[in-house]
Amino acid sequence: MNNIIFLNIMRFFGLLLLQVLICNNINFMGYINPHVYLLFILLYPTSNNRLTFIFSSFLLGLIIDVFLDSGGTHAAASVLIAYIRPLFLKFSFGAAYEYQTIKFSNTDFSQRFIYFLFLIIIHHFILFSLVVFNKNEMLLIIKQTLYSSIFSLIICLLFNSLFSKKQT
Amino acid sequence: MQQLFNFFIKNKTFVLFLLLFSIAVSLTIQSNEFHRSKLLNSSNHIIASIYGVSSGVSQYFSLVEENQLLLEENSRLKSEGFNQKRNSPIDSILEQTYSLSSALVYKNSYTQPTNYLTLNKGLRDSVKEDYGVITSKGIVGVIDKVSTKYSRVLSILNTNSKINVKLKKTKHFGTLTWDTKAADIVQLKDIQDLVKLEIGDSVITSGFSSIFPANIPVGVVHSYRLNDTKDLYIIDVKLFNDMTNLEHVYIIKNRDINELEALNESDE
Repeated sequence: MNNIIFLNIMRFFGLLLLQVLICNNINFMGYINPHVYLLFILLYPTSNNRLTFIFSSFLLGLIIDVFLDSGGTHAAASVLIAYIRPLFLKFSFGAAYEYQTIKFSNTDFSQRFIYFLFLIIIHHFILFSLVVFNKNEMLLIIKQTLYSSIFSLIICLLFNSLFSKKQT
Repeated sequence: MQQLFNFFIKNKTFVLFLLLFSIAVSLTIQSNEFHRSKLLNSSNHIIASIYGVSSGVSQYFSLVEENQLLLEENSRLKSEGFNQKRNSPIDSILEQTYSLSSALVYKNSYTQPTNYLTLNKGLRDSVKEDYGVITSKGIVGVIDKVSTKYSRVLSILNTNSKINVKLKKTKHFGTLTWDTKAADIVQLKDIQDLVKLEIGDSVITSGFSSIFPANIPVGVVHSYRLNDTKDLYIIDVKLFNDMTNLEHVYIIKNRDINELEALNESDE
């Protein structure tokens, strides 16, 4: 148990630094940056205290906001997907989630893909709506959401499969 | 009352979510409208020192270009010095209104609608809010937050930035804003449609504000069009500065800033 807490704390700070020092300077095609820190929220253990989970997601988003001078945009998007995560866990993993027994490293790639995809798209949509903060620029929001989501998804899946300990 | 408590306990996750979400959204709105958040910005000590470590490493990769820039500027200044007749007294430094100090860029962004830079100079180096920031090529922005050792710059690539500039040829002045589309193009507004414009005209600072002295280069006219009411130009200005790879910048300190501000306040 302590091991899991330690792992998540390490992941919190590791992903935070990775995000602000490296991933936010990629600027692929001018403005596309992957949001790797989402992995913390995506891979947080499912048998958790939801209050701690939501609060730590908020904290992660807020610290990233302070680094990037972006107000509270990352915090808002992170806390939202942390709150609606159980819904998508149930949707993507089905019965396995009901019994609280899933481990992300043991799940199917396709299930994980769907789960990542939905949460990342929702996160990015909220994020860019708040960043642009202008309802006349809907097209810009959707465009940025789409491109950044694809990039984030690829990087997140890559990191996930690189660092997962799969029992074969 | 009892029921109310029960309701909160039953829905505590939702209540927490709602609370945190509204905090985050209000922070966003606040940062869009005013610059009030004192603590939560990148001139914060811990945040800026982490950026400092990272910039200490990445600095090495651009040493050659930075040296080149400094050499170019040095030679330009030297040639100016040689060609100028020396008719000012030696203690003229006492009469100077503006003084420059150099700073390093710790953090820079240019992809968001609201971009800020973090510099490694702060209150300790007598840097204050509303000081201008330039490079050898052109303007960068205005300092908007200062901590003991660090400061934050409101970049010209920020929708909240408004800087007074003029056309070099005709002396007509307007406001420099940014429409978030490209990192090397900014918009010059409030120029009358009577003004004759040519592509390639230089744009320089007007010197009306206490922040920038007059005649600092900004950019050249890239293209222009009329606004919706057909009486003012919207001019796309291509910046001399490459805002994407700033490293060494200068902070401009105006010695008369207090006097000028007192004058402006008495107006209002």
